[in-house]
Amino acid sequence: MSITRRSLVKNAAAFGAFAGAGFPHVWIKNTDLAVAANGEIRVGVLFSLTGTTAIIEESLNKATILAIEEINAAGGIKGMKIVPVVEDPASDPATFSEKARKLVVGDKCVSVFGSYTSASRKAVLPVFERQNNLYWYPTLYEGRECSKNVIYTGAVPNQQQDEFVPWLIKKFGPKFYMIGSNYIYPKEENNYCKKLLAKHGGEVVAEEYVPLGHSEFSSVINKMRSAQPNVIFSTVVGDSVVALHRQYRAAGLDPEKMPMASLTTSENEIAAMGGEAAAGHFTSAPYFQVHKSPENEKFVAAYQKRWGADKVTHFVSESCYFQTYLFKQAVEKLAASDITPPTIRDAVKGAETIAPQGKVRIEAANLHTWLWPKIAQAKSNGQFEILVQSSAWLEPVPYAAYPGQVCTEKGLSQT
Amino acid sequence: MDQFVQQIVTGLSIGSILLLVALGLSIIYGSMGIINLAHGEFVMLGAYAAWTFQHYFGLGLLESLVPIFLVVAICGWLIERYVLSFLNNRPLDTILATWGVGIILQQAVRLLVGGELRYVQLPASLSDSTELLGVQVSVYRIFLFFAALTLFALTWLLMNRTMVGMKLRAIIQDRSIAACFGVNARRIYALTFAYGAGLAGLAGALVSPLKSVSPEMGTGYVVDAFMVVVLGGVQSLAGTVFSSFILGELSGGIAFLENDTVAKTIVLLAIVVLIRFRPEGLFTTRVRA
Repeated sequence: MSITRRSLVKNAAAFGAFAGAGFPHVWIKNTDLAVAANGEIRVGVLFSLTGTTAIIEESLNKATILAIEEINAAGGIKGMKIVPVVEDPASDPATFSEKARKLVVGDKCVSVFGSYTSASRKAVLPVFERQNNLYWYPTLYEGRECSKNVIYTGAVPNQQQDEFVPWLIKKFGPKFYMIGSNYIYPKEENNYCKKLLAKHGGEVVAEEYVPLGHSEFSSVINKMRSAQPNVIFSTVVGDSVVALHRQYRAAGLDPEKMPMASLTTSENEIAAMGGEAAAGHFTSAPYFQVHKSPENEKFVAAYQKRWGADKVTHFVSESCYFQTYLFKQAVEKLAASDITPPTIRDAVKGAETIAPQGKVRIEAANLHTWLWPKIAQAKSNGQFEILVQSSAWLEPVPYAAYPGQVCTEKGLSQT
Repeated sequence: MDQFVQQIVTGLSIGSILLLVALGLSIIYGSMGIINLAHGEFVMLGAYAAWTFQHYFGLGLLESLVPIFLVVAICGWLIERYVLSFLNNRPLDTILATWGVGIILQQAVRLLVGGELRYVQLPASLSDSTELLGVQVSVYRIFLFFAALTLFALTWLLMNRTMVGMKLRAIIQDRSIAACFGVNARRIYALTFAYGAGLAGLAGALVSPLKSVSPEMGTGYVVDAFMVVVLGGVQSLAGTVFSSFILGELSGGIAFLENDTVAKTIVLLAIVVLIRFRPEGLFTTRVRA
């Protein structure tokens, strides 16, 4: 092969890409850890403000900023201000990873609060593990992850389903129709749900997944009509939730006979679909805006004062809020010269705070959070009515659906 | 048997939504030959117009249909007049320009009214479901079916029985000769584009009670609309109707037997194969090249 200029350039580029991908430590020297200095503590805030999931991530950004402003207004942490560095990853996992790198390596943030979707969390994970930084993930998710660089403050499947599924079977009957969006989260939730159904004498009449963003549910509704389940177990996400509820109602189905039981429908989704389309359906989550506690009243009032009286709080924005306070508590325990991601992680292990939902604690072994499961029914005014409150907080078990696998401080242990 | 009837009715309903969305594109792309990637954004504008009239002026969906048509048609007219009319006979540039316009519209809406999902209330008189041929059907879906057919009939009359339609057909056959006969091609093009945009706006308004309203909602619709028009054969209004219902029945049926993910894949695959063997689509009107 003769070497033309073009092929030379091409080969050089290919080699460069290969080298860059294969041996990053050769080229990128792992600079020292991010550390807080000069009387300010820089943290990243990484929620999409544009793109498809901006709809919900905007509210997460707002809850995080609110908590940071409150902490700073009350004097900061030992006199140091928290400085939020806000980036917009545009709902795109590749951009998430790029922005995370910028926050961690460029801005030297000691922690980053971010992500709604599992896809975006998985995309940033390598950045945080390689740089030994700390990512605070507020969303309920499918579990099955054990990273020592992520603090998970949302619910995992056992915390949403352990009480919910038996309650549904008892109240409505054993036949479950599973409908979800076609990606990892609904599949893992259904996976766990099937285990619970087997344990409590329920059965799956259908398990079905629709493409993300799907908005035509008439065939699905026909199938529900002919299958006649007792419960429609829904893990549909995003704008599909709205289409499903509105078409369910237009088709004349009755939530009293065949209710939807959802792990994803929050006040935020209800505001988008209209209260009358949501009324009568059920959701299980650790937090609802109507929950009665002094901490929650304060949170809701502050949120609406800061961002508008028509805004709602929900179970992901609540985690955003309390995890920022957990961050503050952890940093308070540290000497001013020693604020780095690993010391923060050690300080947050076992930390407790009174969150709007109740008292929560970070489990030292797996960095997930002890939460208070609740079951609620949606009302036509756009809010929920809490029907069942767990009598005790529930331990997070991220590998609940996988017997023999346990997430420990040393990492995942297999037996 | 019941299930079969139910599924046929569902297919008709999905087809009528496809027809609504594709009708405007059938004019703009099919007749005028403009590959309009901002079509989905016109649908989105219509949905937001419906939301605005409902939210700020308390108007019901049915009362606001005419103003919605006018608002989106005016947007279409402005875009034709100030962007596309400079790009005559430059199809590639037109694709880029309409794509850009689409992004601008999306982000403009996001800036103006925010990125939250919105919804439009079903008209109270149409919010029930009823028994039809022994199966339960939503009244609103029946209404959509007839609305789609009515709009199709109006469009067909406009194209084939009015002066504007005749002039348009003359321009499509040969622009310069038509101009020699005193047809103002620029004006007719702008009007037709505005009409197509208005139709897309109506489609957005009409489907909004069943779907969610967001700045990005158009992206899905533009794909559907192109599938329908390409399958039906460009330049064939009747083809658009048939292909909408074929696609509606097909995707509804497969979704019932399998699931929606499979349905989407098979329908796309079928169209690709069909285009390979019949590039001109299912229905073609013979035109002199």
